[in-house]
Amino acid sequence: MSLASVFDIAAMGMSAQTVRLNTTASNMANADTSASTEAEAYRARRPVFIAAQQQQYGQLQSLNREQASFGVMVQDIVQSQAPVTKAYAPNDPQANEEGYVFFSNVNTVEEMADMISASRSFQMNAEMMNTTKSMMQRLLTMGQR
Amino acid sequence: MTAINFTNALGVHEQALHLRTQRSAVLANNLANAETPGFKARDFDFVTALQQAQQSQRHARLRVTHENHVTSTTLSHGSISALSYRAPLQKSLDGNTVDAQLESAAFARNALEFGASFRFLNGKFSSLSKAITGR
Repeated sequence: MSLASVFDIAAMGMSAQTVRLNTTASNMANADTSASTEAEAYRARRPVFIAAQQQQYGQLQSLNREQASFGVMVQDIVQSQAPVTKAYAPNDPQANEEGYVFFSNVNTVEEMADMISASRSFQMNAEMMNTTKSMMQRLLTMGQR
Repeated sequence: MTAINFTNALGVHEQALHLRTQRSAVLANNLANAETPGFKARDFDFVTALQQAQQSQRHARLRVTHENHVTSTTLSHGSISALSYRAPLQKSLDGNTVDAQLESAAFARNALEFGASFRFLNGKFSSLSKAITGR
């Protein structure tokens, strides 16, 4: 593992957080989406992160290969199992025969908190990249006077 | 044996700098996985790793099969035998043991210590070049 691998790790972290922000944006946008059946109702999506295992052991050098992971990846995007809200709105164009519409199960407060958390994590990864960049730039001046 | 021996001249700082870069990668990995369920934060003990690196430096030499062969001082880099797991201050529901604040503090500190090691190493180089050029 070298300084260059920090860039890869931070980049993976940033892309994972971007996916998270993406799902949050999608959830927020669809918070008020209605559907005529329960199955069609929008369900909040959420990414599942997994520690990425190092593919090329060559880069690992001396690190124990079982123990070392390398960055983060989005393993899957799951849908929330929370119940969807059912509302009686007979005048709604999407109402079913009984006059009900089904709204999404998005919790906007939760989504806002998730959005802030994702953007903070993104910032942290960007900061990590910046620190590493200055370390590498310093390293390039080795032996100069 | 040799007039200017890089290993003797540079001392511990070369190994220290190498270990600092390795540690930054390990800490970066922890930070990137701050929200990964079940991920366990890892780190290594710097002092132990440095001692190990110095020991392996003493033992690692190129094999000499002819008297005209150049004897090497060192080829080894600091090596980490094993990463250990960080003991979490607080348990989390998803089994993740990364404390983002703690890790980013360690990362920042490691970057500073990298800077210190770099300065020491750079100082060694400038004194070597001063010795060579004589001014």
